[in-house]
Amino acid sequence: MSPPAVTEPSHVVLNEVVRRYEGPPAIHALGSIDLVLRRGEFFSVVGPSGCGKSTLLDVLCGLVRPTSGSVQFEGRELRGEVPDGIGVVFQEDSSMPWLSVRQNVAFGLRTSELSQKEITERVDHAVSFMGLAQFSGHYPAQLSGGMRQRVCIARTLVLRPRLILLDEPFGALDQQTRLLMGDELLRLWRETGATVMLITHALDEAAMLSDRVGVMSARPGRFIDMVETGWPRDRDSRIVSDATFGTVTARLWSSLRAESLKTMGRAA
Amino acid sequence: MLLEICCRTGIIDPLTIIPPSEMIVSMVDHIGSGEFNESIVNTFSTILLAFVLAIGCGTLAGALVHRSSRLRDVADPLLASYYSVPTFIFYPLLVALLGLGKAPLVVLGVLSAAPAVMISTLSGLDGVSPALMKIARVHRLSPARTLWWIVLPAALPRLFTGFKLALSYALIGVIAGEFILSGSGLGYAISFAYQSFDNRAMYGLMLFVLLVAVIANGILYVWEERLARRRSSG
Amino acid sequence: MSDISLENALSTPTSRRRIRAFDAVVMTLLMLALWQAIGSWTKGVAVSPPLQTFVYLFGLLRTGMFWDHAAATLAAFLLAFGLSALIGLALGLIFGIRRFAGEVAEPMLAGFYTIPKVTLYPVVLLVFGLGMSAKVAFGVMHGLVPMTLFTLGAVRNLPPVLIRTAKVLRLSPGRTMLWILVPACLPDIVNGLRISFSLSLLGVLIGEMFSSQRGLGFLLVNGMAQHNVPLSTAVVTVIVVVAIAANTLMLRVGGRTARRPNP
Repeated sequence: MSPPAVTEPSHVVLNEVVRRYEGPPAIHALGSIDLVLRRGEFFSVVGPSGCGKSTLLDVLCGLVRPTSGSVQFEGRELRGEVPDGIGVVFQEDSSMPWLSVRQNVAFGLRTSELSQKEITERVDHAVSFMGLAQFSGHYPAQLSGGMRQRVCIARTLVLRPRLILLDEPFGALDQQTRLLMGDELLRLWRETGATVMLITHALDEAAMLSDRVGVMSARPGRFIDMVETGWPRDRDSRIVSDATFGTVTARLWSSLRAESLKTMGRAA
Repeated sequence: MLLEICCRTGIIDPLTIIPPSEMIVSMVDHIGSGEFNESIVNTFSTILLAFVLAIGCGTLAGALVHRSSRLRDVADPLLASYYSVPTFIFYPLLVALLGLGKAPLVVLGVLSAAPAVMISTLSGLDGVSPALMKIARVHRLSPARTLWWIVLPAALPRLFTGFKLALSYALIGVIAGEFILSGSGLGYAISFAYQSFDNRAMYGLMLFVLLVAVIANGILYVWEERLARRRSSG
Repeated sequence: MSDISLENALSTPTSRRRIRAFDAVVMTLLMLALWQAIGSWTKGVAVSPPLQTFVYLFGLLRTGMFWDHAAATLAAFLLAFGLSALIGLALGLIFGIRRFAGEVAEPMLAGFYTIPKVTLYPVVLLVFGLGMSAKVAFGVMHGLVPMTLFTLGAVRNLPPVLIRTAKVLRLSPGRTMLWILVPACLPDIVNGLRISFSLSLLGVLIGEMFSSQRGLGFLLVNGMAQHNVPLSTAVVTVIVVVAIAANTLMLRVGGRTARRPNP
């Protein structure tokens, strides 16, 4: 095994971030959270359902302002707005049914001031990178769920994001497709050099893809464990047969089991 | 066909219903003769005016109510029971209020069509998925661009359903108004023909009105299908 | 958007309910004010103001003449509504279960729904003659189609897994109908009844307005013709109140049947 690839300076810094929602009923959704994402790392978050994982993502990309605490992206504090350089892929299918695949991908650059040539190049690249070239004239309704999620990822890629946030992007897909999409994601991560944060409820997915996995508690979500996987940068889904994979997954589950029971309404 | 045979063989009294073939001949005669040109222009311009006004008012009101949950609480029960009231019974009052002519017909058309547009605008706006709205924010779109690039296209299928309903409601309202109480228009012409026992003219005009209604609705239907086909698998 | 912050500040359930009740009262007062404004603006030649109308209505309710007309309308309406509901239910079930027939019938019915049926009223008059049966027939023409379409839609959208469950439990066709089909379709059927109710009422009233010597529709047009403004305003008021009351009742019933979560 080659040594872990990521030893770069901090990219995103969360400092004592708390998020509460005014009622009724008032909800303490998140925090307090301290987190540093290193530039270029693949970080995953797992946690019981309803623990505030998605709130964490919303706060991290600036869609939602933290009730207290601060979020810094590339050294600048976020103020309730999504900064340039962050791409987000949501759990729900957010492809636009009225646009073709190509138009969907190009949507990401509609407001950009790039030259037409540059736009065409980027769109072409993203479309073929995600394996959508044959389908560029199709509409989302003609594609499978996995393909639609690729469209959404491609739409993010054309922006050349330096930080990519993914909120359970494969949650609605079947197991085989998930594994293959995981490989795609690793390839994307390696070739773009972007920092990736993946939110997922699948422990094996987190264990297989990430450099580092954060385990969150039941609501209000806090990190209760951080697991370094130590995978080489050049990896793919076949590492599920590696012995370390079992160890990592087991550690994640032992941290998470008690929290999951809590959300099911039982004592640990 | 059955109707044609029944009429020809005298099973149905020709004073009641004339054979379909004769209806068509009569329609071609009467419309071709030009004596109804004024009525036709009158009726359809009224319908068009009511339709356009209904779409304008309905969409605006829908968008306005959608923005405020408090207005929404007031509007929802009103809209839910609106179509239980036969709007048409206001027509005599409108005639007394605005005089006989185009004005009460247009108001009647708008009264029957605008709430349908409003209802579909609300449901269309409700149906815009939160994920798409998040996308708009991630791409830092201005409010106008969010409306134009995301909200409108996402809500379009339901808006269209409202427009389709609005057309048929405006049509029904205006023609019914002319029919019951009016001095001009196609509805009036049919009712006049009925009262003067001119069955040929009556059936000819009736067929014409129904044909136009079916064709107008048919066009919107096909258009809607084309719009929807893209968004459904296949 | 400012409403949202207001709501956050005051959003205990009771205060929200109180705001709603307050708004509903304001709305009612606004409508009465509009009515009053139109009434006084036209000096009562078109619409009589609310108070005057209610006084007149009170007097009217004590005359036998009014109840004669109301009874005529009610009889025609009940017959039309009953026929629409029963025939529509039966047709809807048949078209829903026999898919092919349904696929042929549905666009035709939907097309019929959107045409101006008034133009056909002379034909109805010629076929049924003046009087009760023409009104009823015209009411059925309006009320039948929505009832059929709603029932058809309900049966068609029934989750197939429910039918499979019935088969697994080896229910007889009768029990499948009674225990599965009807309860599953009930919310839609109640909705169909609601629409059918208002449209058959509309049909009967238009029939009376065009050519009839009896009924509330006739009374309305007659009041207009004789420049008896309070009379026609009062008749309109009665119809509106009755229609809204019936609709609200059916919405409640429909809401109760739909409260059981239906996929």
